[in-house]
Amino acid sequence: MAKMTKEEVIEVAHLARLAITDEEAVHFADQLEAITNAMELLNELDTENVEPTTHVLEMVNVLREDKSVPGLDRELVLKNVKEHEAGQVKVPTILE
Amino acid sequence: MTFADKTAAQMQELIHTEQTTIAEVTKQAFDRIEALDPKVDAFLAMNKEQATQQAEEMDKVPFAERGPLFGLPIGVKDNIVTEGLETTASSRILEGFNPIYNATVVEKLKAAGMITVGKLNMDEFAMGSSNENSYYKKTKNPWNLETVPGGSSGGSAAAVAAGEVPFTLGSDTGGSIRQPASFCGVVGMKPTYGRVSRFGLIAFASSLDQIGPVTRTVKDNALLLEAISGHDERDSTSADIEVPNFAEALTGDIQGLRIGVPKEYFAEGVGEAAKQAVRDALQVLEEKGATWEEISLPHSKYALATYYLLASSEASSNLSRFDGIRYGYRTQKAGSLLEFYMNTRSEGFGDEVKRRIMLGTYALSSGYYDAYYKKAQKVRTLIKQDFDKAFEEYDVIIGPTTPTPAFKIGEIIDDPLTMYANDILTIPVNLAGVPAISVPCGFENGLPLGLQIIGKYFDEETVYRVADVFEQATDFHKKTPQTWEGAAQ
Repeated sequence: MAKMTKEEVIEVAHLARLAITDEEAVHFADQLEAITNAMELLNELDTENVEPTTHVLEMVNVLREDKSVPGLDRELVLKNVKEHEAGQVKVPTILE
Repeated sequence: MTFADKTAAQMQELIHTEQTTIAEVTKQAFDRIEALDPKVDAFLAMNKEQATQQAEEMDKVPFAERGPLFGLPIGVKDNIVTEGLETTASSRILEGFNPIYNATVVEKLKAAGMITVGKLNMDEFAMGSSNENSYYKKTKNPWNLETVPGGSSGGSAAAVAAGEVPFTLGSDTGGSIRQPASFCGVVGMKPTYGRVSRFGLIAFASSLDQIGPVTRTVKDNALLLEAISGHDERDSTSADIEVPNFAEALTGDIQGLRIGVPKEYFAEGVGEAAKQAVRDALQVLEEKGATWEEISLPHSKYALATYYLLASSEASSNLSRFDGIRYGYRTQKAGSLLEFYMNTRSEGFGDEVKRRIMLGTYALSSGYYDAYYKKAQKVRTLIKQDFDKAFEEYDVIIGPTTPTPAFKIGEIIDDPLTMYANDILTIPVNLAGVPAISVPCGFENGLPLGLQIIGKYFDEETVYRVADVFEQATDFHKKTPQTWEGAAQ
């Protein structure tokens, strides 16, 4: 049985770009531990010689013709942007 | 005259004989939503002004140019993007998001002449089985307002059950159409993976997600699936395969049909009432000329764990796009860009979504990838093989849709594993990618139970044929919930 620690949860949350408090991390650690323990059921099965399924249908990759098409109108693209200026998206400072 | 209990064919008859108009049908849908939705809470953004205008225009189209769904109202699950109509996937992170294009299915609804009346509440990003994970509201089950409608397409099922609209679209990743259809006593179909384009469906788990119809009758369901199906070059996983006339498949003839009944779907945890309702249904189908045998899908018990690993892994990747930069919610508390991302996502996502993102991130992280993610992909192969083998001998597989009827709001929200167990009978179908429908087949304490009919790849026709024979031989679909009687006529 895998033990999920508060520190592990904080690490995973950081990888997933989620800010969590210590209190939340303890709560999630308990729940994620219960969930991952339930997942260990799969270890009963010998899958040594089983191919993984990534996709259920027999399909080949689809390529489109390499042809340039106009992109979206700038005004449309900015429609849902909360802060923008002179046709550009505003974000917080990224360099000190 | 009320349209709430009419089929598409009956409504067209009334329109074509000029006993009513599309404008009147549309107005009545909005009147009914305004009267009932304060109790049911199925709808989010409404499209009243545009729909009303559209209806008036459509009344001018000659009868000869109209198809079977022309002018009829439909509600769309809120994870399907609709141009100019707020689309949130019931998440705070998409509050106020106004799509600049339509999903392919929405374009297809327009082409069929259907009128989108509004967007339907759901569990946030389709993660949940009760609609309690919506940031905006908790949809109630019209059969008993203290119980959940199921999820994640809870709004889609509740709106049809309450007679607010005769048609809705839902999406099904692990049971999200069939489980709420079962809880609300309506018909819900998850088509074969690839049958319906996912372009414009806000992605949860891309290898499992499918859009499908929710209706009161099997025939209406078949009509709607036909309207939304087909290959789409904008979805590379949509299958390039011809769309049959599904309604024509309803011949009423199931003589010689071979039914497999998995013993695993009658295991511990499945309620006695649900089991008995299925046994009764099998007897009905036997009387119509079908035969059934007990079969085994031996890897069924591994489906839940497999699903939560794969779906959460895919979700953790798909949901990484929500960063607050180009659209959606933005935090006000950020010094650096990293803080901006982390605070935006923490404030924008609810607990269940965070739980699954973290589970998926964990399963995909180095050191755990082989033990969790790859292992689950291999078990998925075994689950798919169970179905392949069964379908060599049987035309359909039948069992209950859910282990129990709807549960009370708040009853299991803090217990993720118990909540996940709701989907134990629907999840294997998504992992295999085959089609399955839920149709009403009984009641327990006044709450509906669903019969699940599972078919071969791209054989929705047989699924519909069997569902229709059962529906015609029983009257469960004619029963209506309490809100029906109290509705403004």
